[in-house]
Amino acid sequence: MTLTAPPAPAVPRTVPPAPPGAARRAWRTVSPYAYLAPFFTLFVAFGLFPLLYTAFVSLYRVELQTPGDMEWRGLGNYTALLRDAYFWVSLRNTFTIGVLSTVPQLVMALGLAHLLNHRMRGRTFLRTAVLLPYATSVAAATLVFAQLFGRDFGLINYVLGLVGIDPVDWQNGTVASQIAVSTVVIWRWTGYNTLIYLAGMQSVPVELYEAAAMDGASRWRQFFHVTLPGLRPTILFTVVVSTIGATQLFGEPLLLEGSVSGGISHQYQTLGLYLYEQGWGFFHLGRAAAVAWVMFLLILVLVGLNALIARRRSRKEAGR
Amino acid sequence: MPIARAARRTAVRLGAVVLTGALLAACGSSTDGASGDGAGGEVTVTVDLFGSFGYKEAGLYAEYERLHPGVTVKQTDTEDEADYWKSLQTRLAGGGGLADVQGIEVGRIASVTQQQAERFEDLRKYGAEALENRFAPAKWAAATGKGGEVLGLGTDVGPEAMCYRKDLFEQAGLPTDREELAKKWATWDGYLELGKRYKAKAPGRSAWIDSVGSLYSIMIGQEKERYYDASGKLIWEDNPALRTAWDHAVEAARGGLSAKLDQWSPQWNQAFAAGSFATLPCPAWMLGYIKGQAGEAGKGRWDVAALPGGAGNWGGSYLTVPRAAKHKKEAYELIEWLTAPEQQTRLFEKQGNFPSATGAIDEVAGAKDPFFSGAPIGKIFGDAAKAAPVQVLGVHDQNIAQQITNALSEVERKGTSPEEAWSNARKGVENTID
Repeated sequence: MTLTAPPAPAVPRTVPPAPPGAARRAWRTVSPYAYLAPFFTLFVAFGLFPLLYTAFVSLYRVELQTPGDMEWRGLGNYTALLRDAYFWVSLRNTFTIGVLSTVPQLVMALGLAHLLNHRMRGRTFLRTAVLLPYATSVAAATLVFAQLFGRDFGLINYVLGLVGIDPVDWQNGTVASQIAVSTVVIWRWTGYNTLIYLAGMQSVPVELYEAAAMDGASRWRQFFHVTLPGLRPTILFTVVVSTIGATQLFGEPLLLEGSVSGGISHQYQTLGLYLYEQGWGFFHLGRAAAVAWVMFLLILVLVGLNALIARRRSRKEAGR
Repeated sequence: MPIARAARRTAVRLGAVVLTGALLAACGSSTDGASGDGAGGEVTVTVDLFGSFGYKEAGLYAEYERLHPGVTVKQTDTEDEADYWKSLQTRLAGGGGLADVQGIEVGRIASVTQQQAERFEDLRKYGAEALENRFAPAKWAAATGKGGEVLGLGTDVGPEAMCYRKDLFEQAGLPTDREELAKKWATWDGYLELGKRYKAKAPGRSAWIDSVGSLYSIMIGQEKERYYDASGKLIWEDNPALRTAWDHAVEAARGGLSAKLDQWSPQWNQAFAAGSFATLPCPAWMLGYIKGQAGEAGKGRWDVAALPGGAGNWGGSYLTVPRAAKHKKEAYELIEWLTAPEQQTRLFEKQGNFPSATGAIDEVAGAKDPFFSGAPIGKIFGDAAKAAPVQVLGVHDQNIAQQITNALSEVERKGTSPEEAWSNARKGVENTID
């Protein structure tokens, strides 16, 4: 990319423009904005305004039962948050569940995409089939998984029992419950990421594979030395999207037991669920707004970190 | 051709504008049309409840509709009261989507009278003050606002007893007679002692009690002061009665007497049919729930005995009419009828919800229930209702109770030390109150 390249010569118009009335000219300058207006109207109403209003609310004590009485708190909600042990617990849970769900999910998606990239029978059917879990609602999927993970009458513990493993308490165990929540996430999102990887793989030029094959590279080496480098931007994209998704994880932990505290000892309470507990369990709207802003900043930092690492890597590559 | 293209472009532009307008309009309109009013005085009264009020099951709506032609009653129901309360509060704050009649649990009524009186109809407007002598004084007083507003009419109360599985007791070699048991478990220590004997010879993998959370809840129901004192001061941490209930629950948890279930969870529901526990602390309204979960197969297997450690009260409810309701007058007429002594009597006989109307309490004294092996439920619950203390109610009762039962469940299911669990409960309560 060079910025010094001369502008492309204007393509001569084949159709002469209509007589340039003043109204028409005005419309031409205004129309791009008009086309964008629907999006921006919606964005301002449902994106920007709530964002700013949440910041405003987070500085007050507001209770759902008495939303009219707002009491100035300053940064009180934020300091209360940082002093609350359960906030840190849920921050840690968000991180551990995020890792437990994102890493296997992306690795499996990569493997599946690699398999689906081969010529085989029923390829289109299989490609569609991997997307099916993504089309299921969170609620339906989680409720089914909650049954499967039941402690006393669940299918998974029954199967474990057949091979002589004691029943696992998938609701109350800290690690076990986090695995249960992650399983739902992995099940729902692996197919989606598979398709994204698949699309990425198909944009890797075939010539590269042919050249590698001619040099005697095995399928594995081709995967590591041709596919993976070619997929780097795609992987970066899925990592960013999964990180955001993991930070906001909410439906799965809420519906596992229907507990706003994320289990009796907050063992699988994520930040999203912590926000919900503050806002709709205890009705502290100001406190919930503060959590929302902390989450927002956290996501910004995480995505920024991702971008920084990616940029540094690509610079290193370029300098090679 | 250019004309057609221009026309199409205009159409697309118009379409975009119309779409935006429609979207914005959709956001602005409130949730109207929840209950359709046909012509000719047809009215649909909506009722939104939690848990098991049992009106529909007892056929009371059908009868009301028969007595009032043109009125249709439509009920929606949430099983878990905590979920119900969340959704009710959200709708109250937004002012939309409210039913004409909303049920309120006694643990929340203080929040209604102290914080939200202006969101509910003062039923004196419709002549409710004339009903005062229908109800037990404490039941009436709890739903009265600071200015004397009548904010709800009492439905049932929750006198406490102990339900138990006769067949499981027999298999474990325990006495099954309700009188004898009542003597053996006159105190909570006696109850836990029997539990240890049961555990030694328990049939299958069944446990003595469903959860230590329900054990705690039934014990705290025997106290006058629980979380607040009469002046409204928060006292739960220094309340010796609460501490005693806590210690007993901890003892049951550590002795492995509990099936470690969460009340109202799907697993808990399944456990009724599977016979996972031998005793279940039961306020009167639990009888209907047991029948529903255990089904026909449970008939004659269950029995009811007097509660260890004296009488208590757990729960009971009110029916209210929100300010934002559509058919306030019709709603009031419905709740006046539903809470009248005759209907409360019928409800108890069919479903087991114990009446709060004084007239009905004498009426049901002789009631027996074949499902519970013919136990004299009218006498057992009637005696408990008379002897139960009048509880001091506070705004955050329900939330504090939830934090304490959560902490006890940690001891029960995760082996957390009682000291740590207590400090977790304290943290939880601090979060709750803010």
